[in-house]
Parts: sequence; C-alpha cells; structure tokens
Amino acid sequence: MDYLLTEEQIMIRDLARQIAVEKVVPVRAELDELNKFPSDIMKALAQADLFGLYIPEEYGGLGKKSLELCIAVEELSKACVGVSTSYAANALGTYPILLYGTDTHKKKYLPDIATGKRLVAFGLTEANAGSDAGGVQTTAKLEGSEYVLNGTKQWITNGGEAEIYTVIAITDRSKGARGASAFIVEKGTPGFTFGKKENKMGIRASSTTELIFNNCRIPKENLIAKEGMGFIVAMKTLDSSRTGVGAQGVGVAQGAIDEAIKFAKQRVQFGQPITSFQAVQHILADMQTMTEAARSLVYSVARFVDSGAKDVSRASAMAKLFATDTAMKVTTDAVQVMGGSGYMKEYPVEKMMRDAKILQIYEGTNQIQRNVIALDMIKEVTRQK
Amino acid sequence: MHIIVLVKQVPDTSEVKINRETNTLIRDGVPSIINPYDMYAIEEALRIREKYSGKVTAFTMGPPQAAEALKEAVALGVDDVVLLSDRSFAGADTWATSYALSQGIKKLGAFDLIIAGKQAIDGDTAQVGPETADMLGIPFIAYIKKIEQIEGKKMVAERLMDEGHDVVETSLPALITVVKEINQPRVPSLKGKMKAKNLKVTTWNAKDINADENKCGLKGSPTKVVRIFPPSPRGQREILTGNMEDQITTVVRKLKEQSLI
Repeated sequence: MDYLLTEEQIMIRDLARQIAVEKVVPVRAELDELNKFPSDIMKALAQADLFGLYIPEEYGGLGKKSLELCIAVEELSKACVGVSTSYAANALGTYPILLYGTDTHKKKYLPDIATGKRLVAFGLTEANAGSDAGGVQTTAKLEGSEYVLNGTKQWITNGGEAEIYTVIAITDRSKGARGASAFIVEKGTPGFTFGKKENKMGIRASSTTELIFNNCRIPKENLIAKEGMGFIVAMKTLDSSRTGVGAQGVGVAQGAIDEAIKFAKQRVQFGQPITSFQAVQHILADMQTMTEAARSLVYSVARFVDSGAKDVSRASAMAKLFATDTAMKVTTDAVQVMGGSGYMKEYPVEKMMRDAKILQIYEGTNQIQRNVIALDMIKEVTRQK
Repeated sequence: MHIIVLVKQVPDTSEVKINRETNTLIRDGVPSIINPYDMYAIEEALRIREKYSGKVTAFTMGPPQAAEALKEAVALGVDDVVLLSDRSFAGADTWATSYALSQGIKKLGAFDLIIAGKQAIDGDTAQVGPETADMLGIPFIAYIKKIEQIEGKKMVAERLMDEGHDVVETSLPALITVVKEINQPRVPSLKGKMKAKNLKVTTWNAKDINADENKCGLKGSPTKVVRIFPPSPRGQREILTGNMEDQITTVVRKLKEQSLI
C-alpha cells in the first residue's frame, strides 16, 4: 500500500521502526513481566528527537503535526503498546499548553518537553469522574497569588515519571462543568505526591499512579487559559490526541498480524503448514483488511486534523473507535491463529491482546466515542432543518 | 576537544555470499553499512563530546559512494565529515590506506583523540588503526573498553585483555581502537537525518592531501592478494546425548580409538 507519505514522514517512520526493532522488541517481555518503566527507551526516543515531533520549531521542536505523531506511535505500538503509551501520553499532557498556554508557558515548558528532558502527564480522571468528566472533585482555590489544590487524580499515565502535569480542577463548584479550570503542576511542588503504582492487565511498561494534592500551592500564573475553561481545554486536548490512540490500535494490530503469519507459515499440522488451510487464510485476510481500513481512517483523520479543521470531535472519535475495536479483534484472532503457542508468554501475541484492551477503554471508552459520534450526527441534522 | 573518528564502509556481511568459482565476495546488490565496530567508535566520540564539549570529525577513504557512510555518521550526530577519494587510492592495502588517512588528518590540523573500531568486519586485519597512529607519530592503544578520564593532555582508559583488563594512561593526542563492550550505539536523530539528507560531503583527492601517488592505492601497497578462499568446511561433528556417565565413557573410548590419549 502507498500511503502517500512525504520523504520526511517516511524518515520518521523508519527511525521509529528502528528504535522499535532495536530497543523495544528485545526488552518488551521483561518490561511487561516486571512492570518496569522504559527509561532507556524514553532516552533513545529523546536522542532521536521524537519528543519534539509535534512541538513548534520556535520552541525547539520539529514543527510536525498529528500525522507524523501517528506514524511514530504506530511503529512503536507494533512492538509494545506499554512503550507507545508512555511516549504518547507526553503529547496528551502537552496539548493543553500547546493549544491554550500563554507564550510564557510555552517558553518555559515546551523546549524541555521537545528534547525529552522532562516528561509530561495529563490528569483528568478521578475515582468518581471517568466517562463522566463532570464529576471532577479536585478543587483549586485562589489565595492571593497562588492556587491551592486539593484532591486525588486516578489512573494517571506517566504518574511519578513525568515532571510536568496538566491537571483539571474545579475552581467554582456552583458553575458545574463551567467551573473547571486547567493548571500546570510541577513534580516536587510541596503537597503534590503520588499514590501506588497500579498493577495492570496490560501496558505494564507504562506507569499508572494516583496524583495526590494536599494543600498543594502553585503560582496563579500556572492557570491555563481562563478560570472556567477547564473542560474546553480537556475536550480539545482529547480531540487532538484521540487519533493517536487509533494509531496505537493500528500498530498493535499490525504487530500481531506480522507475528501470526510468521508463525502460521512454519506451523505444520496434518502434514502441511497451517497457512494452507482456508480457515486460517480467511482469518488472516480479515485481520489485514480490517487493519488496513483502520490505518486509512486514522491517516485520513490525522490529515483532517492537520488541515486546521475546527471541529474534529466526530472524526477523531471514529478513528479511535474503529482502530481500537479492530486492534482488540485482530490481536485476539492472532492468538487464535497461533493456538496454544499464541496463549503462551514465549510469543508476544498474548501480551498484544492484553495491551489492546486498554485502547478500548482509555482516553474515552469506545462507548463514549459512540456517544460523541452519534450526538454530532444528530446535531448536524438538527442544524440542517 | 577535537575528536576524529575513522570509519569504513563495509558490505553487510550477514548478506554476503561467495562466488564458488572465483572464490571472491559477491558484492553486487549487497547493502553497505558502517563497519559495526566503527559504530562504537562514533558513539564513544559523541559521548566524549557531550561530556567535555568540542567537535567530532569522521574520516573515511573510499569510492564516492562511501559518502553514504559519512552521511549516516552525520545523522548520528557527527559535526564534520571528510571523504578521501581518488582513483589512485584504489586497491589500497592497510598500509596505503593508513598513509592516505594520515595525510588527510595532517591537512585537517589539530586534534586531541582519534578513535577507530578495533577492526573492520570485511578485512578483519585490525591494522589501519595502529599504522595510522604510527604514521602520525602518536601513541596507540588497542581494545579500549572504557574511557575512565580525560584531563588536559592525559587520558586514562581500560584495555580489554583475554583475562580482565589493563588500566592504561596515555598522553594526548593519541589513537585508540575500541571494542563492542565500550558502549551501546545510539540510533540516529531526526534532525541529524534531515541535516544528512542535504549534506554535500567534503571530498579530498590525493593532491588535496599532498599524497605521494607512489605510496597510494595498489602501487603503494606492500600486500599482494594471491588468492581469496573460504575456510574449508569443518570436519564431522557428533553430539552425544544420554546420561553424563555414558557420554564420558564414550568420549574416552573414542579418544583412545584415535590414539589421542
């Protein structure tokens, strides 16, 4: 397939692929087994300039956009979604600053993010606020020249590992969703600590922790946009990052296909390789067709986002939904094609299947994506009347 | 610090096949790579630069297409590159190669350290490093596995030996060759790759480096290759299985049968 990539995009793909093959594949099983954050791989990604991919050149980045990020994320996801999650969560945490930060915020934070010197995390989810983002209970109260944060964020990717956190907290409870605001909190600020590292089913290389704010005082300049803009910041951030989750789905699906076909070609049953059986051929054909369709959708939506389109909610939700449902199906089928071997940890597909599951859950469950898509469709029809 | 790295473009030996009739390497269609040991040399030079600041220049001698190896070095982070290329360099053995390299380095001017891989994977001679050092009149240390310290005009490094290692101190400038234990080479950077893509590689010919043509290439090479042949295949092997006692008895019996013990 020709995806009409530019010479630079191919360069980015090849470089991400080289890191995936040389640095990620040899250690992914160990990282998974030990629940170990891939610090060395993050360093390699930093050295390769990949953290600066989507940061404007004036802040030390490469000035590329969604499509380039998706290409890099896809390649890393072929090898390990735990690693690609740790990488992509930086973009998620950075978007609030990129989209709504002041020039001072950008000058202060983006250069270190672009070089990979400081990792970033995004904190929205809480115990009572997941799909219902309106349930946020963490508060931020203005006292003189400081905001005082109190509350606990849950399941935060890169928790403990990141140095910069963009966090949503309530500044005016009486205003409901319009009473939320976005803040930048740096690791090491007194009153800001981390809960235990979660023990997850998949993406075990990534770090997931609570963020605990106990009278944590931050300068009032760390407010992103204005008070009350928190949910808009969060929603626009998720609109921008969702396509990347779709790219993770495409990557892990392709990774699983590559393993399954390699195995099936040399696995002999009834005196012949199992690839000679139509039952297996058809599963493989469906896996690749679905994945190719997902890739086309993800790339088209990334190009749409990069064109500067104003409303990308529906498109990015569709890319995330389709590519990650595909990832779950394809990785499960890869295990099926490989049979008993696929179920064993000696082969990477059981991990891919465990990793794929989170893609249907995080950054908006696939049920929420369907809400977003349907509501936007209904809104459009209503407008036309 | 100014660090010079000597690199060689070699065929990717994992892809090389031998023409059974002529007993020569079939190089057609075989991808070229930077000699893997030179990748460790480049990495170490970049690490020294990151620690002590300065610049890294990569040198190679070869046909025009060897510029690709230098571009790869730039993608990895090397600052400057020089390609020594001239028809009169063709057919050089290690001596003539070292002569050309030393002449090129003399033209380049002041430097503090030269790093090369311990050997190239095509020729496997491990001679160009020491010969170049000799022609430049500087100290040479082989098999460096760790650079402990560089201070002023002195360097302390560990040299890998069959058993353990030596700690060696040398004055600078010096030439060292490195082994794979020294580091883990990085992957290229995007900015480096973009820089490399548009780079015009500086190329010097024999005249540029003031080289005596009688000392270059085939003419200047004392080594004459008479014949190249693949090593003869190994003899019959037998792998014993079963319990250890029986295996030992079998080994002893077989050795006795052949009057080896």
